[in-house]
Amino acid sequence: MAPPPRLAALLLLLLAGASASAVRADLVISRADRKVDLTSHIVRVLTSLKVENVVSEPVSKVLLAFPNIQAKNLAAIRAFGTEGKVKGPSVVLPIETVQPSGVPPELTFFSVSLHKPLQKGKILHLDVLTVFTHSLQPFPEEITQAESQLVVFQDSSHYLSPYPVKVQTLSIRLPGGRVESYTKYANTKLVDSELKYGPFEDLPPFSYSPVIVHFENNNPFAVAKELVREIEISHWGNVQITEHYNIAHGGARLKGEFSRIDYQSRPYVRGVSSFRHLIARLPPTAHSICYRDEIGNISTSHLWSDSKKTQLEIEPRFPLFGGWQTTFTIGYGLPLQDFVFTSDGKRFLNITFGSPVEEILIEKLIVKVVLPEGSKDIDVSVPFPTKQWQEVKYSHLDIAGRPVLVLEKPDVIPEHNLHFQVYYKFSNISLLIEPMMLITGFFLLFVACIAYMHTDMSISKNSPSYLAKLQWDEVQATVQQIQSIFGQCLAVHDKLEVSLHDLSRTGDTKSCKAARKAADAQFKELAKELKPLLISLQSSTQSYQIWPKVEDLVAKEREMQEKLMARHSTVVDSFEKKLRGQDIENRIASQQQKITVLRQEVESLLEYLSEI
Amino acid sequence: MAEPEPTTAAAAPAPGRLRNAFGGVLCAFTLLLIGVLAFSIRLFSVIKYESVIHEFDPYFNFRVTQFLSKNGIYEFWNWFDDRTWYPLGRVIGGTVYPGLTLTAGSIWWLVNALNIPLSVETVCVFTAPIFSANASWATYLLTKEAKGTGAGLMAAAILAMVPSYISRSVAGSYDNEAVAIFALVFTFYLYLKTLNTGSLFYATLNALSYFYMVCSWGGYTFIINLIPMHVLLCIVTGRYSSRLYIAYAPLVILGTLLAALVPVVGFNAVLTSEHFASFLVFIILHVVAFVYYIKGLLTPRLFKVAMTLVITVGLAVCFAVVAVLVALVASSPTKGWSGRSLSLLDPTYASKYIPIIASVSEHQPPTWPSYFMDINVLAFLVPAGIISCFLPLSDASSFMVLYLVTAVYFSGVMVRLMLVLAPAACILSGIALSSAFDVLTRSMKFQLSKVFNDGSAVSGDSIAEGSTASNDTKGSSTSTVNTNSAKIENRTEKSEKPSKKNRKKDREVTGSVPVKPKKEKRLSVLPLEASVVGTLLLIVLGGFYVVHCVWAAAEAYSAPSIVLTSRSREGLHVFDDFREAYAWLSHNTDVDDKVASWWDYGYQTTAMANRTVIVDNNTWNNTHIATVGTAMSSPEKAAWEIFDSLDVKYVLVVFGGLVGYPSDDINKFLWMVRIGGGEFPHIKEPDYLRDGQYRVDSQATPTMLNCLMYKLCYYRFVETDGKGFDRVRGYEIGKKHFKLTHFEEVFTTHHWMVRIYKLKPQKNRIRGKLKKLKSSSKTSSTLAAGRKKNPWQ
Repeated sequence: MAPPPRLAALLLLLLAGASASAVRADLVISRADRKVDLTSHIVRVLTSLKVENVVSEPVSKVLLAFPNIQAKNLAAIRAFGTEGKVKGPSVVLPIETVQPSGVPPELTFFSVSLHKPLQKGKILHLDVLTVFTHSLQPFPEEITQAESQLVVFQDSSHYLSPYPVKVQTLSIRLPGGRVESYTKYANTKLVDSELKYGPFEDLPPFSYSPVIVHFENNNPFAVAKELVREIEISHWGNVQITEHYNIAHGGARLKGEFSRIDYQSRPYVRGVSSFRHLIARLPPTAHSICYRDEIGNISTSHLWSDSKKTQLEIEPRFPLFGGWQTTFTIGYGLPLQDFVFTSDGKRFLNITFGSPVEEILIEKLIVKVVLPEGSKDIDVSVPFPTKQWQEVKYSHLDIAGRPVLVLEKPDVIPEHNLHFQVYYKFSNISLLIEPMMLITGFFLLFVACIAYMHTDMSISKNSPSYLAKLQWDEVQATVQQIQSIFGQCLAVHDKLEVSLHDLSRTGDTKSCKAARKAADAQFKELAKELKPLLISLQSSTQSYQIWPKVEDLVAKEREMQEKLMARHSTVVDSFEKKLRGQDIENRIASQQQKITVLRQEVESLLEYLSEI
Repeated sequence: MAEPEPTTAAAAPAPGRLRNAFGGVLCAFTLLLIGVLAFSIRLFSVIKYESVIHEFDPYFNFRVTQFLSKNGIYEFWNWFDDRTWYPLGRVIGGTVYPGLTLTAGSIWWLVNALNIPLSVETVCVFTAPIFSANASWATYLLTKEAKGTGAGLMAAAILAMVPSYISRSVAGSYDNEAVAIFALVFTFYLYLKTLNTGSLFYATLNALSYFYMVCSWGGYTFIINLIPMHVLLCIVTGRYSSRLYIAYAPLVILGTLLAALVPVVGFNAVLTSEHFASFLVFIILHVVAFVYYIKGLLTPRLFKVAMTLVITVGLAVCFAVVAVLVALVASSPTKGWSGRSLSLLDPTYASKYIPIIASVSEHQPPTWPSYFMDINVLAFLVPAGIISCFLPLSDASSFMVLYLVTAVYFSGVMVRLMLVLAPAACILSGIALSSAFDVLTRSMKFQLSKVFNDGSAVSGDSIAEGSTASNDTKGSSTSTVNTNSAKIENRTEKSEKPSKKNRKKDREVTGSVPVKPKKEKRLSVLPLEASVVGTLLLIVLGGFYVVHCVWAAAEAYSAPSIVLTSRSREGLHVFDDFREAYAWLSHNTDVDDKVASWWDYGYQTTAMANRTVIVDNNTWNNTHIATVGTAMSSPEKAAWEIFDSLDVKYVLVVFGGLVGYPSDDINKFLWMVRIGGGEFPHIKEPDYLRDGQYRVDSQATPTMLNCLMYKLCYYRFVETDGKGFDRVRGYEIGKKHFKLTHFEEVFTTHHWMVRIYKLKPQKNRIRGKLKKLKSSSKTSSTLAAGRKKNPWQ
């Protein structure tokens, strides 16, 4: 079951040949305690060093050594130091890769620069946090659904250092559960999922003794093959973050079948190596959170929020077993004032770099900061090296496009979740460009509509269709005039009726006659007005449809007029002869009927004309 | 009252024009609101579920649109899709109706050209609601051509929310019908417009609109048969005019030429029987036109002679042409009709000969409740609409009646064609409601004015019946009436004064004259109470319709069918199993793996999982589908051989037994047997039935219990509850404990609705055993002999 100790063999070879020149004599590490945390798939090693200067000249650099095989998995390294006998508040110390002369090429060196050189006899407390990815190798590499996942971790029980180490210990925290095997030395203890090596005393520089731990680790091996984070700033008050994940289970691959019944009946036994959800901690002010993939929303997620944080539990569409992958997108909005600030004329965005998802390893992280259209003088400050370039993105109604700052970094771990700043210049007036553009656009559209309705667009002024249209307009005008005349005629009719009513009430024939006279005069006048209109209408070629109706109308109206007059004279006559009301009614009853019918006809004709 | 203008002529028409303008604005505003209504009533699916493509066919259309937007139009025409119908593939560019795709593609292109970053999916989801708004506007235009603005508005409002159309055009239902109904109605509108105006401009537009319809939907044959029918009707009823000629002749010529440009139609536009009616009517129309021309040239006596001559010659030519056509048609096996058209003419055709067409639920005849569900109260209003169309029968209204009658017939044959009935029902109901309101409000107005006049007569006031007072009663209080009447009284008292003053006042009165005639237009007025009650009842009826439509839009037709929900005491439970399975397929299988499933899931698998499928919803190759059906109904080993010969790596089945999802593969299984048995006779339907009953419990036949579909669905199902109780069928399954030898379960979704199996690789053969294996495979699988195409053999 033991893994092939190739790393160990290689290192032993190497160390045997480690030349004396690489050994440093200026410093001595009086105590080295290493704590290795293997509970998740990201390996964190916290090394507390007590460094003492043993030479006369002050030393300003401390070297840290890692075998290349470890160094290539090194995702982050950080050092904090305090000087003095007791540990005080520590400060972050800058670290850089160095290649000192005479060291074997199989080792990678980092040098910690001290803020002030270490004097003789002084002691420096140096805490180095190193984080490794891909350091837990699944072994066996393929397991079935029911098996739990075993991984192998390799390191040295001795602290690899160019300095002599007086006392050192190593403790490895395991996630609990089964431990298949581990390298046993004399003073090795396994207590409650904590494996202890040491203390070892007085070891020369570059001492190395391989340790292999083979244990069960069923924590989610969530690996994002690629994560694209898009941070879009809108000065209307929102910072929109969209994160596209391509997640895989980085542990031992599933072999054989996946049985849902096994998984459902005993999920923690059959399917123990899988994970079904991830937790993302978003800022407390996050709003409009969405969770979807390319084929729609994913309905399995939970959200809790309180004043400190918003916690989003995202469950992919299916549980992820070893080697399975899925993609999804989460998006959320943040209030602008919490993340964008101004300082001496420049604005800057201050936001975290990495993913909000817990314990996730991102193999390739691309952060795109989309600044508003019209931003200038873009500048960025990131606490670690990244690849950077700029793009242009066209979004809602953009003309020049929005400048996009792209940052790319491989192997991002939660420790990289630091704030970074993007500085840019942006004037608030640019905000109004797009609304103004819309307003102008619609205004021009309406103006164009109005202009179109009021202008004559015909190409030729002599074309038959144009002439026809002109004639038609003329006909319409004439028809309207005719209508108004007939309207007046009808009004006169009404007036006559009214006078008759008056007559029946008052018996005043004189006023009735006067009304009749006035009506006659009006009729004559109207007839005079009507004549030229009728002639012009008849002569027009466009009126062939209307003309018969108009003719009909004229005839009907004349008839009605006559009937009305006749009735009027009959009534007046009878009044003068002092006939009884009943008799008058009888005499005019037939006329009355005809008049009503005629009137209806006239009115329906008028309505027909008005609808043209 | 305002002082009248000093000029005599200009003052009078002003109020009328203003009224028209106001009416125009009101009408435009109403139309805008109707459009908003049509759009927003279809958004229930987005609000209740999500903005996602629905069902099966829309996924294919979506995939085609994605391809179009990514690769451009020329690539699209030449697109040979190798991810479906493996190993045959499908020429997509030549076999789809491109109208919908091109429409959505150009909307997407336009929107992106304006730098509005909408995804193709968003555009596709909202295409259908946008086109429903267009369709309701087109309905307005169409009805307006036939019966005026009021009926048009009514019909547009009704169409905006008719459930039948909603069912095909909710947001996300990205299907041909959504666009096609607009094209259909608009083509009819342009036809009637041409018929009413006789303008060649509209005739050309009509041909273009017909072209768009041909691009959009196979239902264009309805247009190309209905319009000739109407033309024939007009000729027979003696309504021939030059307008009719202009409306029809250009449509046939231009329309046929344009239709032939669409690859999927091509030469079918002149070769298949669906189009022959139009050519025949085209000839008849020319003969009739010729007759009318001759009639104008000759004297009546000569004409009679010529008439007989022309008729004999014309008939002879007609018969000759018909004979040639009949001979041509008869030479083809299906008599030149496509299967679907034939099943329209003979409703029993499909169930007899083409099980694939019959197996689709939307090709079944509808039940009565579905009429009520889909057109609701319109079913009762339509007869009134027909009567109203006959009152003055015009060319346009006769077209409406004809449209309705044919659509009713077609909807009776196929549920799907209920969609064609919906616009007809809406238009006629709109006409009915509009004329009913017309009569009722007119008589109300008339009666009201009478009431007020009687009242004034009693009080001793002497206002003539025709005075303006009654006009102002509409909506105003009695006090204004009194003041008005007082004014008029004053005026009538002064009326003996010189004529010039009189005339001015007369003009004031004439201003309101045009309103008045309506109330006395017809003597047939109803009593006031009856008309008030009638109006209220109609409003209540309309209210019921609106409530029903909103319910249908919100509850019945909003589900996207790929996501299911159920309400329980704990709240909403979501069944998202389909997408779970498709997402698993797309991320965890090799990109070139072939997935076999029943054809219903083909489009979704290609679109969502991006995997090659064997058969899909296009059902163009019956044999291929039958092969899959045969595999599903064969025992495991035989099925494995069939699938292996098709390079299949995964088999996907849909199983509802655990959660009670009724449209699963076990319920569809008999169709697989039937379709498979139609091509491969060793699959016999009776083998799967016990005494003519389809069952999977302990009474089921051994063939049934050993077929692949049964095994894949119920594999380890008994372990869920210990008994194997199937919630869809409602009984315990027949064979509970069994093992799979040639397949292994690779994925089952959370609610077991989709189960995916992988074909186990072939075992290494040991030399000595080779012969034995060969012989056993021959004896055990009767299939090997009967199968038509199996490259593996």
